Amino acid sequence: MAQIALELKGVSKTFRSGFAMRAVQALKGVNLTIQKGEIFGYLGPNGAGKTTTLKIIVGIIFPSSGYIRVLSQRPSDVAVRQRIGFLPESPYFYEYLNAQEFLDFYARLFAIPLGVRRERIRRLLKTVGLERKASEPLRRFSKGMLQRIGIAQALINDPELIILDEPMSGLDPLGRAQIREIIQRLKEEDKTVIFSSHIIPDVEAIADRVGIIVDGKIRDVGNIDDLLGTRVQSVEITVRGIDAKLTSRLAAKAAVKRIVGDHTVLVVDGPEPVNEVIDAIRAGKGTIESVEPIRMTLEDLVLSQMRKDAS
Amino acid sequence: MMMSSTKKIWAIILNTFREAVRDRILYAIVFFAIVILLISTVMDIITIGQRAKIIIDMGLASISIFGVLIAIFVGIGLVYKEIDKRTIYTIVSKPVARWQFLLGKYFGLVLTLLVEVAAMSTIFFIIVFSELGRIPPVLFVAVGMTFLELMLVCAVAILFSSFSTPILSGMYTLGVYLIGHLTRDLYQFSFRFKGTFLQKLMLVLYYFFPNLDNFNIRSQAVHDLPLAPGYIAFSIAYGLLYITLLLVVSSVIFSRRDFK
Repeated sequence: MAQIALELKGVSKTFRSGFAMRAVQALKGVNLTIQKGEIFGYLGPNGAGKTTTLKIIVGIIFPSSGYIRVLSQRPSDVAVRQRIGFLPESPYFYEYLNAQEFLDFYARLFAIPLGVRRERIRRLLKTVGLERKASEPLRRFSKGMLQRIGIAQALINDPELIILDEPMSGLDPLGRAQIREIIQRLKEEDKTVIFSSHIIPDVEAIADRVGIIVDGKIRDVGNIDDLLGTRVQSVEITVRGIDAKLTSRLAAKAAVKRIVGDHTVLVVDGPEPVNEVIDAIRAGKGTIESVEPIRMTLEDLVLSQMRKDAS
Repeated sequence: MMMSSTKKIWAIILNTFREAVRDRILYAIVFFAIVILLISTVMDIITIGQRAKIIIDMGLASISIFGVLIAIFVGIGLVYKEIDKRTIYTIVSKPVARWQFLLGKYFGLVLTLLVEVAAMSTIFFIIVFSELGRIPPVLFVAVGMTFLELMLVCAVAILFSSFSTPILSGMYTLGVYLIGHLTRDLYQFSFRFKGTFLQKLMLVLYYFFPNLDNFNIRSQAVHDLPLAPGYIAFSIAYGLLYITLLLVVSSVIFSRRDFK
């Protein structure tokens, strides 16, 4: 049986803000279980509660109610943080420090002995591709470099559980690919990684499971394949040699997506009418070039959850 | 366990000190040195026979004023900056208790002040030595007491910055500093209103606010007067107790805070 790395049951958080102490409920009974060794993608629109959940897990804010166990301990237990790594969203770091001093500072917070500290800093700077920037002050670092040094500080204690809040935000495709590689390497080392992201293709590429949070509530959680299923949303049929009369006859079942030269791309809503459409094309002396099923993407799923919430 | 706690606090102390040094705060010392040197040469012209006393008086006052300015202006931003720039997220998510963080910030500021006061005092002692040919021992005690006062002001600044914005914290700390120098007067003044609510209010203020005049032995230093040992011991104990109390209250407030 897989061991549980993180367990949240009915976790709620209400913030009070402004002069009138207006209550804003950021989390509304979040339930989440993450197994050890898993890469978990946490998705949701801005203000949905992703960052609030992650901050509660690492003890930056306190829940208003609910049950939380991080590596079988309460998040308020300082000792559990010895086994956690955390990268906050859009991190700002001590810009007066250079990369080496910066990592050394965090290593000291774990009371890591000097010899281990030196070796680990050298290795981590290499892992995040900053070994040649060790003596450079962070104020000269680009956004991508800051994100990478931020990941290095999250790994300084060789943690079992790594929590990354928007690790790919603001990065160029190369920077994103580097972060993806680091996360995949962590999985190979049997680490548990929880990361939030707006960039859905990145989540799709590396997460074992995803959770979708909208307006403080978890709407969907599970394996990506299970969530998206094998259900075909629509079918694209590319045909050659059909005339306008035939396309208008098919209009009820297949919409014209585009026409390129003598090629017409038809979109059939769902798999059921496909045979009928194909028969009609053949009968009309048209040539079928390709039939491509279009499946639901993670982006479609997130959007549908957001729309459901809005309506 | 104790050892690892000390190591973590020490890491935060060093980082705070490093930040202060790289923020060029200590360059205020150079300014102080120039000011005091200029004043002592001007005093030669406008005072007759009082030059040494004025140098001592102004020197000690300068160390205190510069120190208080640094204690307030650095102290109030110390914790707030970490929250505002969100660097605190990476600290409190590490195995660092919030009281350890606060203590690290506090002693980091105290270390900065120690270096600053040491540098200012060195310049001050050199000038006094060149004037008198010796350094009266009471001057060391006076500087030490000033430093204790600065430590207390730092603790007040840390307390306010653990829950308030820098501007408000600055105003509150300055307020405490000013009242702290008036409490003795407040105590004596209260007897004019014997039996009234005003007397009670003045006495509450007297006991509640720190009596910073306990650390002011400038007039003894200027006139090279002897000090009662009991008085110094009492002031040190009073200062350390007040600082401890302020840090405990700050830690309790800070431990319950959400960092949004």
